[in-house]
Amino acid sequence: MAAINRDDVAHLARLAHIEMSAEELDRMAGELAVIVDSVKSVSEAAGDDVPATSHPIPLTNVFREDVVGHTFTAEQSLSGAPDAYEGRFKVPAILDED
Amino acid sequence: MTDATLSFEEAMEKYDPVLGFEVHVELNTKTKMFSSAPNVFGDEPNTNVNEVDLGMPGVLPVVNKTAIESSIKIGLALNCKIAETCRFARKNYFYPDTPKNFQTSQYDEPIAYDGYLDIELSDGTMFRVEIERAHMEEDAGKLTHMGGAAGRIQGADYSLVDYNRSGVPLVEIVTKPIQGAGSRAPELAKAYVAAVREIVKNLGVSDAKMERGNVRCDANVSLRPHGRERFGIRSETKNVNSLRAVEHAVRYEIQRHAAVLDSGEPVIQETRHWHEDTRSTTSGRAKSDADDYRYFPEPDLVPIVASREWVEELRATLPEPPAERRKRLQADWGYSDLEFRDVVNAGVMDEIEETIAAGATATVARKWWMGEIVGRAKNADVDPGQLGVKPETIVELNKMVEGGKINNKMAAEVLDGVLAGEGTPAEIVEKRGLAVVSDDGPLLEAIDAALAAQPDVADKIRGGKVQAIGAIVGGVMKATRGQADAGRVRELILQKLGVEG
Repeated sequence: MAAINRDDVAHLARLAHIEMSAEELDRMAGELAVIVDSVKSVSEAAGDDVPATSHPIPLTNVFREDVVGHTFTAEQSLSGAPDAYEGRFKVPAILDED
Repeated sequence: MTDATLSFEEAMEKYDPVLGFEVHVELNTKTKMFSSAPNVFGDEPNTNVNEVDLGMPGVLPVVNKTAIESSIKIGLALNCKIAETCRFARKNYFYPDTPKNFQTSQYDEPIAYDGYLDIELSDGTMFRVEIERAHMEEDAGKLTHMGGAAGRIQGADYSLVDYNRSGVPLVEIVTKPIQGAGSRAPELAKAYVAAVREIVKNLGVSDAKMERGNVRCDANVSLRPHGRERFGIRSETKNVNSLRAVEHAVRYEIQRHAAVLDSGEPVIQETRHWHEDTRSTTSGRAKSDADDYRYFPEPDLVPIVASREWVEELRATLPEPPAERRKRLQADWGYSDLEFRDVVNAGVMDEIEETIAAGATATVARKWWMGEIVGRAKNADVDPGQLGVKPETIVELNKMVEGGKINNKMAAEVLDGVLAGEGTPAEIVEKRGLAVVSDDGPLLEAIDAALAAQPDVADKIRGGKVQAIGAIVGGVMKATRGQADAGRVRELILQKLGVEG
């Protein structure tokens, strides 16, 4: 049985704000199932002695000293904004996702 | 619509409260968590940002080392274990307060975990609050809702976003469920948040100003019938941003939950918004799919490894813990146990310390803060420290009182003037004509009059017959209706006539 089904894909699409048609959901459920199953077989290849990794390069503690660098002006910050008002980004009021 | 509530006493008779807190602490690093833009409050909107804070495509965040060290210090001060290895994770959600559509946070690997804090209640009772974890994350931008009712999101037409706060380093401190507080739950809530605030301020890692949002509290409350082990359904009250509000919000939610349970309905698991004006909460939104944050390890950041040597180095820099500091301050100031506890409970210990540093004695500092200022704060319904009284003002007022320039009653009036923004104490004394009339002024006038009325007696005194002075003193005493100091009058007469007593 596939690790991901059509309902999962519909759920993810909604969370990701992606509109998908019924056909797209069907097709994507099939494609994603293949990907998820492939990942699963990779997981099986890695034994318990292999720790989970989030990064392919064995680096840790890449830090920056706490020194102030460059900043934008308000004009620069807003230069790509679809709408702005008094130096701030203007966006639709959204209540349902707080 | 107002929710039904039971009286607190009735709620306590029927139910046992369980609390939990998430306290967000903004660190006072010079720069942001993942970018070199300045971490400064209150500047022109969208100017303390660069491409990382605005979530531009293709940018690379880099971790602020000082923020990591501050987070480890907080963990140590909360008696936590420090993770040898931890990672950042993406918390995915769509909301305009983050331009990236995710918040960089920590999920399954917090930097600090399994700690505790011993909290002293107002009567000296100790209560241990267990800390689940303290994790690092970034603050979000600030939304201002326009149109609709008074800046609330309900009915707003649109929102304006300032990303200056976006990326400010945060440490979120999460407690384990707090059981057994009973009717002291509201007090414990306030004392816990106060203790966290004191710790981060004492560590110097946060400005810890609640009115600026440096320390923010989300309070979880649930009720269960006495004797039942299973927890009830909880509500999470957000926007609780003063110590008094924490106490009031917990009390209110206990009363509201009790009424819901009494009606036979289940409590809804939801976010509640605290409103200081009505001292009540309103429903935010129910927990839903939107809470499916799809956390995953942040691919742009490598793991943090806190070597034991590094942790011990940081531990060695920790300042005196607050509990020990209190003991030292009490000894330094010479306050009795009761006096000191009253000071702590009134929330003016730091203010008294600052006032003493500004030049006041411990007695004077306590007199002012516990007398005039605490009373005014109560009337104004704010924390005493938020009233705006500066230590220098107290020192100046006290000097004026001790110098005999004004009396205590006038000093209180001058303080009102300072708080009303009328100027410095000296300016207000001048403007309001408050200075005590100098003793000698009216006396000298009365002496002149008495000498003029009895020129022969004046001559006798000038001639050396000092015992004749009684007649002049008598005249002055009569003119001042007996309120003059006869000894001082005698001195002044002799001075005036140039005669040795």
